[in-house]
Amino acid sequence: MWNFFKQLASPPHFYRLAATIIPWLAVPGLLLIAYGAYAGLFLAPEDYQQGDAYRIIYVHVPAAYLSMMAYMFMALGGAIGLVWRMKLAHAVGAAAAPLGAAFTFLALVTGSIWGRPMWGTWWEWGDPRLTSELILLFLYFGYMALRSAIDDTAKADKASAVLALVGVVNVVVVHFSVEWWSSLHQGQTLFKKGGPGMDAEMLYPLIAMIVGFTLVFGALLARRIRTEVLHRERRTRWVREMILSPAGGR
Amino acid sequence: MDAMTMGNYGVYVWSSFGLTFAVIILSDWRSRIHHNRIYRDIEVRIKALEERQ
Amino acid sequence: MNDSARTQPGIFYGLVAITRRDLLLAWKRPGDVLNPLFFFAMVCTLFPLAVGPSAEQLTFSGPGVLWVAALLATLLSLNSMFMGDHEDGSLDQVLVSSQPLPLLALGKTLAHWITSGLPLVLISPLLAMTYHMPADVVGVLMLTLLLGTICLSLLGSIGAALTVGLHRGTALLSLLILPLAMPVLLLGANTVSLAADNEMYSTGMWALGAYAVAALSLAPYATAAALRISNE
Repeated sequence: MWNFFKQLASPPHFYRLAATIIPWLAVPGLLLIAYGAYAGLFLAPEDYQQGDAYRIIYVHVPAAYLSMMAYMFMALGGAIGLVWRMKLAHAVGAAAAPLGAAFTFLALVTGSIWGRPMWGTWWEWGDPRLTSELILLFLYFGYMALRSAIDDTAKADKASAVLALVGVVNVVVVHFSVEWWSSLHQGQTLFKKGGPGMDAEMLYPLIAMIVGFTLVFGALLARRIRTEVLHRERRTRWVREMILSPAGGR
Repeated sequence: MDAMTMGNYGVYVWSSFGLTFAVIILSDWRSRIHHNRIYRDIEVRIKALEERQ
Repeated sequence: MNDSARTQPGIFYGLVAITRRDLLLAWKRPGDVLNPLFFFAMVCTLFPLAVGPSAEQLTFSGPGVLWVAALLATLLSLNSMFMGDHEDGSLDQVLVSSQPLPLLALGKTLAHWITSGLPLVLISPLLAMTYHMPADVVGVLMLTLLLGTICLSLLGSIGAALTVGLHRGTALLSLLILPLAMPVLLLGANTVSLAADNEMYSTGMWALGAYAVAALSLAPYATAAALRISNE
């Protein structure tokens, strides 16, 4: 087991392995998304309260979920990189940040599009989840700004890892304080917790979408980590040998 | 036709789906371009070094 | 047998020494302490000028405005936390010292709080009065600001340590710290608002206190790690 991790953490091995894994993540992921989108848009029944507008959850929930997951990847990558000085782990953090920001942006925009017919406004501060997502987006911006401000890669890795770890503690505090705050101001949430109230016909497409998005996220992340590894290892021998080999290594 | 308009909510639903897929595709496309550019840069540098030797 | 114990200074020696030195430096250059205070007062003045002097509106928005102004004023003073020490090289001396670095970082943070957070707490009643805040609410405001500025100084020390020596430090520091500081602002300002509405406000106060204790025990380690990383 330990050997497997050691091998995975070696940049040349990961670079090659990721290339074979990406299609195995992307193809099932895209199939699940195709099913989920079709079923969610056309087969699932109308919601008795929200009408057809609720169908936005089929993209909103996966995006919101991945926005958190990407942050977890960033913080875990940072922690592993700091503690075990694993170079690949820092590359994971660097690759996860822009993806996480993209999904946070999507969660915000789709949430706001949903809010328009439901609340009559594009933005409702009383909704704790939208507010938390907005703060999360700012955390991503801070992380990326710190990374780009430090020229030395090794230093940028460690500094941003510290920031990501501080941020992960903060995300928990943000969650609870925003919940408390919106309860003071009679905040309204669109998305009720838990699925028992949901019909199976509504729920299955949602689960398919969440799993599909996660797989596609894995593929997108793997591709970004490959790029990151290639850039970081550009002066090493294995990159040189790989590029000079007849097969190449794009 | 009913499936498209969704009782006046069609605009919101379709734009959410469209935007989500657009952002994902765009992000993937950009990362591909970025990867290929880095690869080409390294390739050019290494090939130039090889020829000099 | 006790010789080594006698010659080795205790672990709090460095903390006290560094706090005293920073306070002395601040005393010699009072401008650094006063500027954020003036800034605080001026931001509090901007608001009535912008939205009008109606007493009702000012009472309503007073807690929020005072809190935002305090947050911005703290942010303004953060940049200089490690800057001078970095420029004159004394930060390198701190880093190679045999004293535990988290405690030295805590000493710097303590000095920062005494020179920036505490003065804000002390002049806040004056500004709260201009917002027609009743005396008992002013007490709550001061208590939240007391706890809140401790949190902000501790959070800020992490950001200041991460950005020390960077060229675009000031703007970057705000970008890093503001999202982290948002829950502090939210808890602080809303607790005061609840007190102003005669509602139960203890939840927010306890949460702020818990935040301060957690930050006090964790932030010095993060600051120490960040200082080591920035000065490699």
